[in-house]
Amino acid sequence: MNDLVQPPAVSPGPPARGPTSVVADRTGPSPGRALARQNGRMAADRSQAPSRLDPADLYAVDSLLSEEERLIQGTVRDWVRRRFLPGVAGHFAAGTFPGELIPELASLGLLGMHLQGYGCAGSSALAYGVACEELEAGDSGLRSFVSVQGSLCMFPIRRFGSEEQRQRWLPEMAAGRVVGCFGLTEADAGSDPAAMRTRARRAGGDWIVSGSKMWISNGSIADLAVVWAQTDDGVRGFLVERGMPGFSARDVEGKLSLRASVTSELVLDEVRLPQASVLPEAHGLRAPLGCLDEARFGISWGVLGAARACYQAALEYAAGRHAFGRPIAAFQLTQARLAEMATRLVQGRLVAHRLGVLKDAGLARPVQVSLAKRANTRMALDIAREARAMLGANGITLEYPVARHMANLEAVLTYEGTEEVHTLVLGREVTGLSAFS
Amino acid sequence: MDIAVCVKQIPDPNTPGELDPTTHRLRREGVDAVLDPGDEFGIEAGLALAEAHGGEVRVVSMGPERSVEAIRKALAMGAAGGVLVADPALVGADALTTARVLAAAIRRGPFDLVITSTESTDGYTGVVPQAIAELLGIPAVTFARSVSFDGSTLTVRRQTENGTETVEAGLPCVLSVTAGVNAPRYPSLRGIMAARSKPLDRLSLNDLDVQLGEVDQEIVRVEPAPQRKGGEVVADDGTGAQRILELLRQAKVI
Repeated sequence: MNDLVQPPAVSPGPPARGPTSVVADRTGPSPGRALARQNGRMAADRSQAPSRLDPADLYAVDSLLSEEERLIQGTVRDWVRRRFLPGVAGHFAAGTFPGELIPELASLGLLGMHLQGYGCAGSSALAYGVACEELEAGDSGLRSFVSVQGSLCMFPIRRFGSEEQRQRWLPEMAAGRVVGCFGLTEADAGSDPAAMRTRARRAGGDWIVSGSKMWISNGSIADLAVVWAQTDDGVRGFLVERGMPGFSARDVEGKLSLRASVTSELVLDEVRLPQASVLPEAHGLRAPLGCLDEARFGISWGVLGAARACYQAALEYAAGRHAFGRPIAAFQLTQARLAEMATRLVQGRLVAHRLGVLKDAGLARPVQVSLAKRANTRMALDIAREARAMLGANGITLEYPVARHMANLEAVLTYEGTEEVHTLVLGREVTGLSAFS
Repeated sequence: MDIAVCVKQIPDPNTPGELDPTTHRLRREGVDAVLDPGDEFGIEAGLALAEAHGGEVRVVSMGPERSVEAIRKALAMGAAGGVLVADPALVGADALTTARVLAAAIRRGPFDLVITSTESTDGYTGVVPQAIAELLGIPAVTFARSVSFDGSTLTVRRQTENGTETVEAGLPCVLSVTAGVNAPRYPSLRGIMAARSKPLDRLSLNDLDVQLGEVDQEIVRVEPAPQRKGGEVVADDGTGAQRILELLRQAKVI
């Protein structure tokens, strides 16, 4: 794995980039042992048994990816390292999203990448997951931007929209020229979206929508909001454009998490919308919940990236930081922490990969997505906290990625279904009894 | 304009390299292999020229079978096709053998321009581009820092030891480009997905009209590069600025 941080050398090794004065061969060893086939997917050709395991992928889960998925992984990882990471601490400190990178995200093809047609790349779910992992290794705010654009705004237009709506919005959104947001949650209706107070009523051929939405990622930078409102026929979805009379957004102040991401309140004060703004195929809460399921899939993968970044930072720090005359990596308490992190990363990667395979086969059930979102987010948060502690005082600064990820993951634990709600979803699945109310 | 770009898959330069003590070769087992970052500049140069003046970019590589990954990356960036020469007999090939094989592979298709990096980031011999040109019987324009083309003549600003010089060349020729000649594009997702359906020819030595001849080169011994000496610290006693100026003059950077 090309690490975001330099590969750790727990035993002091030569730091030199490579040998010199050597006439190197152009060909390497003849292809040897091929790795196993998994689920009919050809494992990447690693040619030989690795002499050293990747500390962040001890089960070589990456080798389950196709060559194409690995190329996506490498491309996004490289882009994040070169284009995003240098500026993220500054954006986090300032509380701003690097909107100047949106055209680059678009030209990479990451916006709505798993959707078919309308200017979208049409990748597999696994490829989408892999990209989310690399984006969130940068920052949860970056992955959130892509999740909201692709899974929460483009996805419902693709799935529930009319042909005209798709034609009008999706190519522009894939190109990053239109930014979207998703308005479901309200200040007093989070885990219980049926309690929403935003209402839409018919007025002649039009609709009048009133209410407010809270904790809306991308809200104030969005050109288009997918807003969910109660109607006499149940919950419907509306496409609300920036600048429509009565529609405004203002940012949430004082966030200590997801600071490199825009979070807003949307206010709809008697906003008049034509019938053409309604998503014709979305009826009832199942529609927005289906969107969240898409986004949660991305989170299940994304948090692996945040966890990996923290783990690698901790590993590197432990190798280089000395106390009592030895690197702290040599102490048993440090090793116990690292061993636990490495194990939980492997577990999380396997869960995410299996979920991706199920999703590509059309078999992923919402409860399985809940399991992965809940387990992996908790894993990532625990790793971030442990890593923070291992870095000591350095761990609380923006000089290292750890505290930033740790703070972000607090929001990720809550959004798109709290840990508690996903626990109850799982509980209901295994007992057949609902504990929601 | 048909452009052949030579590329190579190398052990990830971000991981410390190790030499095999018996073969004196770089260990490639268990190390991630990547498209030589230096080659991305050549690919970008080729794509930019083809986009501006028509034609296609074909990437040519010699290496083990897994080098298809590096070729695929070039295809994902926008190259139209690729050729990989993989043959057990080429394990440990030296620079001249490499040039012979690449030249033979290039000759199989039409080409107006051959682009390479100045040297590989693992072997660093830096002689393959010129050798290819010699074998193809065409000029080599090396160490390009910028390239422009007016439809018939390439104008190249070359890096030299003392600065730069601008040269012109007609086609066909071999052009080696330095890192920094351009900003290589990232492959797009669409490009990555399109890469799988682009032609990728896998060749062995039998497919090529190439004479390998005797062993041209033998690695007798390898040793680590000498440690860098510590820099000189200029303590500022009021003449520091003057002293630094002198040092910069000595280094011929001003």
